[in-house]
Amino acid sequence: MEASSARLAGGPEISMHGFTEQPKGWLSWLTTTDHKRIGVMYLYATFLWFILGGVMALIMRLQLAQPDNTLLSGETYNSLASMHGVTMIFLWIVPVLAGFGNYFVPLMIGARDMAFPRLNALSFWLLVGGGIAFFCSLFFEPPQAGWTSYAPLSDDAYSPSGGIDAWIFLIHLTGLSSLVGAINFIATIHNMRAPGMSWGRMPLFVWSILVYSYLLVAALPAIAAAATMLLTDRHFGTGFFNVADGGDPLLWQHLFWFFGHPEVYIMILPAFGIISEILPVFSRKPVFGYKAIAASTVTIAFLALLVWAHHMFTTPTATVVLAFFMLSSFAISVPTGVKIFNWIATLWRGQIMMKTALYFAVALPALFVIGGISGVMLAVFPVDWQLHDTYYVVAHLHYVLFGGSVFGIFAGLYYWFPKMSGRLLSETLGKLSFWLMFVGFNLTFLIQHSAGLSGMPRRVYDYPADAGLTAYNLISTIGSFLLGIGVMITVVNVLKSVKGGRRAGNDPWKGNTLEWFTQSPPPANNFDTIPRVRSVEPMKDIRREVQKAGKASESVAQPVTSGSS
Amino acid sequence: MPARRTLLALAAALAALLVFAGPATADLFTPESGGSPNADKIDTLYKITLYISIPILLLVEGTLIYSLVKYKARRGGQAEQIRGNTSLELGWTIGAAVILVILTGVTFAFLNGITKPEKSGPEIAGGVQVAAIGQPDPPGGKGMRITVNGQQYLWRYDYPGKESLFSYHEMVVPTDTTVTLDITSSDVVHSWWIPKLGGKADAVPGHTAETWFKISKPGLYGGQCSELCGAGHADMRAVVRAVPPDEFERWAKDQRAEIKAAQDGLAAQRRAREAKTGGGG
Repeated sequence: MEASSARLAGGPEISMHGFTEQPKGWLSWLTTTDHKRIGVMYLYATFLWFILGGVMALIMRLQLAQPDNTLLSGETYNSLASMHGVTMIFLWIVPVLAGFGNYFVPLMIGARDMAFPRLNALSFWLLVGGGIAFFCSLFFEPPQAGWTSYAPLSDDAYSPSGGIDAWIFLIHLTGLSSLVGAINFIATIHNMRAPGMSWGRMPLFVWSILVYSYLLVAALPAIAAAATMLLTDRHFGTGFFNVADGGDPLLWQHLFWFFGHPEVYIMILPAFGIISEILPVFSRKPVFGYKAIAASTVTIAFLALLVWAHHMFTTPTATVVLAFFMLSSFAISVPTGVKIFNWIATLWRGQIMMKTALYFAVALPALFVIGGISGVMLAVFPVDWQLHDTYYVVAHLHYVLFGGSVFGIFAGLYYWFPKMSGRLLSETLGKLSFWLMFVGFNLTFLIQHSAGLSGMPRRVYDYPADAGLTAYNLISTIGSFLLGIGVMITVVNVLKSVKGGRRAGNDPWKGNTLEWFTQSPPPANNFDTIPRVRSVEPMKDIRREVQKAGKASESVAQPVTSGSS
Repeated sequence: MPARRTLLALAAALAALLVFAGPATADLFTPESGGSPNADKIDTLYKITLYISIPILLLVEGTLIYSLVKYKARRGGQAEQIRGNTSLELGWTIGAAVILVILTGVTFAFLNGITKPEKSGPEIAGGVQVAAIGQPDPPGGKGMRITVNGQQYLWRYDYPGKESLFSYHEMVVPTDTTVTLDITSSDVVHSWWIPKLGGKADAVPGHTAETWFKISKPGLYGGQCSELCGAGHADMRAVVRAVPPDEFERWAKDQRAEIKAAQDGLAAQRRAREAKTGGGG
């Protein structure tokens, strides 16, 4: 239906009046190429994996609650630890960010879909395939070599079971999924932005997804190569990582971390992007230092490719190399610090709306800064010689990836859920969930710094009663269960609100970006008129113009579903 | 009032932290130390970075909490439409960089003391037991060089000397002697770590890592493998037992004799078996 746009007198064009209905039925979901439906499927699938990975973590915490505990054997513990790490990284954080990207990048840039919709569907189904292949290892023998699968432990001589092969399958399938998705994001963002949306007017979340995509393209080939080499070492007699055959275990570590460290920024940058959208909206202020935040995203991504060997400070390595990687790791904290300062300055002298989305968004800098500072301390390589592979690192990485990424993801969920479902999440449940998660998280992980400092290595299923670690671990276990309950309350909140929540309207938060210009949930074609973008906050401009034209600002994004055709 | 609740919760968390901090030992906040000079220096370096970090942490968290409380939405309140402030932004970028430059300087100032083995104690240099086990001198003075070999899930220590001297799990060393370790592995990657004796060093097949320690107080120093090496990773522990030099000499002599007796016994067994089955095999 080609509808000519109705115009308000002197105002902007109204977004929706002829819209395409979504087809119904489960088959339409399986065959969909609509970026929003793919995004929703990403979110459901990844949250499911998040819960599974969380349950594994809780079982591990139970084992560690007491010294000399016999709940789990060393094998089982190693399986859980490996699967927990792999699930959270490859099946939760990386793809859930792709899920948000899928749903919101086209909406935020004023496009009707991704550049390659079918490729987009392929990307999702490859992810599902990777997850299933990996979880099938539960039925024979799960991998036990950690999420890093260090050779030679992961070689056939020491890990003869198929668990490592399941891991290799997962790496290839999810890697391909991410690569295909990344190329799709890059093509979409470069080519399909609304008229007037120059690079300097692109939403910061879109900036972060663009940089996330480039980083994926840069980093994934290294692990794809490494996993393939491991596969041939295991099954076809090559010896890339085997000393006896002239190979070198350190080659694995270099290849793995050349991917593995950019991966950390792949997991955090879009979360940074999410809260760079949320903080200005909820403090009713423009984001402070837009250019600095966008530029620091790019700088972090560049530096992220130069810091990988700080994961290898304890390997036999020349001092000059250690010094280089210490300095490059230091350097990366500058643009990260810039972001944190900019976010705080965004709140400064604002009118802060205390909604759950804001709580989660503010928790990100509050917690990430702890992980950032412990990261700088770990970058001091002589200090790392004491702290490497201890619970101090476990604490550090959870402050970065849970305190940073996951709190950012939850902020995004509370912020965008009304757009995706047309319903508001319960604020009461949301805040309860936030406080349980916030307190539980800090209880779990703050004390782990001390466990590490007192000599507790990571990835141990057991510790002696006289090691002075009992109290630390008990506190940590109690915290982890609070954290788990907090997460489940959000899950309940989502399940309750998706059908029964209060109607959200099209723009419940008075957002700045174009996704709020269309219906909630958006129709299949997103917009039938793409507005011209004149600033970094196009939705604010639209509201202002409508107000000037004498209409209530709420009316701006309401669709006109009848009449004009 | 959510903002007040935020503040209250954070105050409670801080109070809890202080309660913990009060009676706590130093190792709640700092790495293990007290066994060897390199561990002590890492401990000092850690403390310096910690002292630099704490004000930054408090500044960030403080400003964040202050903003949340102070700028909570109020009826009729107006948000200031500030888009940036170039000099402020340049300021904090340069400020962060300067702190890191300082940290780099401090690290390099400490580096030599951590990596270069110290001289052995004066009463040891040229002493009897050094000549007796005939090891090459480590850089910096007389000492002892031990080869550490990680194996699933056990550590083996080979001492220098013509006669075979080795042990598993417990490494016996003389006090006041600089002990240099050559660390390697014969199967998967392990990591040697005795927290009170300094940083860890990975045992990588095909590579040799080096670390050192010098113990002044006799006693037991425990540690364990800190690189995931398989199902028994958590059980792969290690003990260093530091004893006075003369006691070390006695131990070495007994251990050598024991090893020799065991090897001779094996040889005798083999000869007896060969005599019974007619040799070969």
